[in-house]
Amino acid sequence: MNPKKINSEIIQNGSEIVTGTSQAVGINRRQFFKWLGGGLAVAFVWQDTSILAAAEKEILAFKKLPTEQIGAWLHIAEDNTVTVYTGKVEVGQNIRTSLAQIVAEELLVPISAIKMVMGDTDLVPYDAGTFGSRSTPAMGSQLRKTAIAAREALLEMASQTLKKNKSALKLANGKITAPGSTALSYGQIVKGKQLLQTISDNAPAIAVSQWKIAGTSVPKVNGRDFITGRHKYVSDIKIPGMLYGKILRSPTFGATLAAIDVTAAKAMKGVTVVHEGDFVGVAAPDLSMADKAVAAIKAQWKTTNQPSRAEIFAYLKNKASSGQSGGRNGGTTKGDMKAGLAAADKTLQETYLVDYIAHAPMEPRAALAHWENGKLTVWTGTQRPFGVQSDLAEEFKIPEEKVRVIMPDTGSAYGGKHSGEAAVEAARLAKAAQKTVKLTWTRPEEFTWAYFRPAGVIEVNAGVKKDGTLTAWEFHNYNSGGSGIRTPYEVANQQIQYHPSDSPLKQGSYRGLASTANIFALESQMNDLAQLVNQDPLEFRLKNLQEPRLRAVFQQAAEAFNWGKTKPAKDHGFGIAGGTEKGGFTATCAEVAVDRNTGEVKVIRTTTAFECGAIINPEHLDQQILGAIVQGLGGALFEAIDFENGKILNPTFAQYRVPRFKDTPIVQIIQVNRPDLPSAGAGEAPIVAIAPAIRNAIADATGIKLKKLPLVPNGLLVHLKKS
Amino acid sequence: MELQVNGVKRNSKATPDSSLLSVLRDEFDLTGTKYGCGEGQCGACTVLLDGKAVRSCRTPLSATQGKKITTIEGLEVKGKLHPVQEAYLKVDVFQCGYCASGMVMSTVALLNNYPNPTEEQIKDFMNGNICRCGTYPRIVKAINEAAAKV
Ligand code: FES
Ligand code: FES
Repeated sequence: MNPKKINSEIIQNGSEIVTGTSQAVGINRRQFFKWLGGGLAVAFVWQDTSILAAAEKEILAFKKLPTEQIGAWLHIAEDNTVTVYTGKVEVGQNIRTSLAQIVAEELLVPISAIKMVMGDTDLVPYDAGTFGSRSTPAMGSQLRKTAIAAREALLEMASQTLKKNKSALKLANGKITAPGSTALSYGQIVKGKQLLQTISDNAPAIAVSQWKIAGTSVPKVNGRDFITGRHKYVSDIKIPGMLYGKILRSPTFGATLAAIDVTAAKAMKGVTVVHEGDFVGVAAPDLSMADKAVAAIKAQWKTTNQPSRAEIFAYLKNKASSGQSGGRNGGTTKGDMKAGLAAADKTLQETYLVDYIAHAPMEPRAALAHWENGKLTVWTGTQRPFGVQSDLAEEFKIPEEKVRVIMPDTGSAYGGKHSGEAAVEAARLAKAAQKTVKLTWTRPEEFTWAYFRPAGVIEVNAGVKKDGTLTAWEFHNYNSGGSGIRTPYEVANQQIQYHPSDSPLKQGSYRGLASTANIFALESQMNDLAQLVNQDPLEFRLKNLQEPRLRAVFQQAAEAFNWGKTKPAKDHGFGIAGGTEKGGFTATCAEVAVDRNTGEVKVIRTTTAFECGAIINPEHLDQQILGAIVQGLGGALFEAIDFENGKILNPTFAQYRVPRFKDTPIVQIIQVNRPDLPSAGAGEAPIVAIAPAIRNAIADATGIKLKKLPLVPNGLLVHLKKS
Repeated sequence: MELQVNGVKRNSKATPDSSLLSVLRDEFDLTGTKYGCGEGQCGACTVLLDGKAVRSCRTPLSATQGKKITTIEGLEVKGKLHPVQEAYLKVDVFQCGYCASGMVMSTVALLNNYPNPTEEQIKDFMNGNICRCGTYPRIVKAINEAAAKV
């Protein structure tokens, strides 16, 4: 393919027009329409202020608006194109489709008429990032309101043009019609105009019951590009004359350079070597040359002792703080723990352990960096384009408007691509080489130098009465985090605390954050408490649970699963677990089969009931739930990062096992639609119940109560022998 | 070396021990074939060699001599999708789509072997392809859909 063509495809939306404008400083109306080419633009702003009133008078637009004030904008061009600009990014959660659906719905245009410009810091308003399942609830509702404002403005203009009362006008299929007049397309309506409007959060939205496009299963909007291989991920982009980068990695974490000799690498033709402190990398005309150049560097590293996996849990607990509760750390204190334990007929004190795991997105980190006249443009796969923009600005001591970050739809993230390591590395190489540089991490680099879901130690102490009433609940999480730490069950006496610690591995966000760990401990404990008082695990939960939305998913999952019915065979077990996270409510039932001779545990089937308010796209919701279940299966059964003295021991797919076709059970999904409730995101919450459901099913089949994630990295044989 | 890629003869400047994947992607700009691991474990780089699925990351150029290489870019003929692609599109399988090319190519090879695969044959054959987004059941659905048509 002609490289120039790729280039202009990648610098999507016509970079020629837009290069040099930057949202970071705001832009004025004339500039805005200069690159948009006339028409109607509507910007979503957070609050009505006098500044915004001025903007509406078309004297100035974003110039004086603090950029944080703008959430998204939308433009209707004279050629009928509707373009939506949002800082959210696509990493496989299919928001390119669902957000377009929302706009199509309100503007009454077919979805194909909508163009989504996402995650390009020069073109879209500031956005903190795509995480925390916020895209649907926050960006979805902003875009809905923006689209409504655009629709109203169109009606207003059409009423003037057609000299008809607004109430006589009808919108359908991108056109406005009035009795006795010819239909006007949106493009015709906005022709010759340069109208900029703002809309604030106070505007009302269309009732869910009236949704026509939102709420249906529109297929992935650019789906064809993926099954033909045409979509360009960052690692696929090429720019004429670009070089390939490669970084010299230290042998262990925490190592520093003691001595280095780069002469041989420097002598290679076309190779640039960068050596700044402990950062050493090369840029070469092709990848094999880059590999050779790095191999030719002689480096001596000074290593320091680092904690290993064998001692990690003791280490994390020793280094932990005395505990934080409340606020974003999630903990809480209620009643009197002592009294609660005294009132109990039975108590149960347990410790649960959770290993570090890797996100292992199929597309490893990649970045393409290009410097031109002091301006840096970086294409990279990140969930935080603006965060990476500011990291780069800081790194190179240049203003943010001199940095443009572009995020093409990326090969997934799962909370693992909040950072911009590859972007910074590629930009350093490009700066030194004075050429465009592409850097793609290898799989072992991704496994080693990205970040991990935290490991953790969780201690639970609970008291229960004979009749199944919970009386006391003490819960301490060391290191893994505060998400999902509170119990959804009614307990009069509680002490819940998160204790941050000092993680020897770089740790960060993960799908569902710490709730994958906290709800594992919580729901395992609930299972064993039910057994202590001889109650069915579902009955026991419902007895102590008031939250109606969580009750509903428990009941629906259990019913669809045939909870309580006889098991199909000996050594099969049923388990149930549930929880809430990020506004989603989930319950999962699992059936496992245990082979007592080999110790193999097979997950036969799972049933998950999930509710996240009004459903926007049932098929894509199904995908998100399915994806969470399958990913959760890995963390539940076998995924764990192994490390020793600063070195990752299993940085390959041969060594780090992820779920495959054969591991995947029959996955039944029950979507609970609540059109009366606002839509919440669905990418995270459905992952939280799978591990405890499987764990409880293993306990049901064998009596073995596992306390550690992953549950059976080496099968169940060791445990079977012990019991 | 001379290679036959998607029905076209092409010359590569790379050495015989170079990986087919790097030549396809970096030299011929056929970037539909993906790098996922470089160790033959994920299937993202799957292409067909005389109709059989191979992991191009572990295939040296020398092993392709005299054989027909088909990549994802070669499936579509004059704008018409291959039935396997059609089926995947219809089922709306993917999330991030990074595994898509490898899945589609493996499916074509699978159906060359077993025109009407059982569930077990599908899982056996496809087990070397990882989809980290967890779309496996949807892929199985698409494969059944394609088998009915191929
Ligand atoms: S890249 Fe070849 S199998 Fe993973
Ligand atoms: S769809 Fe993301 S890896 Fe398969």
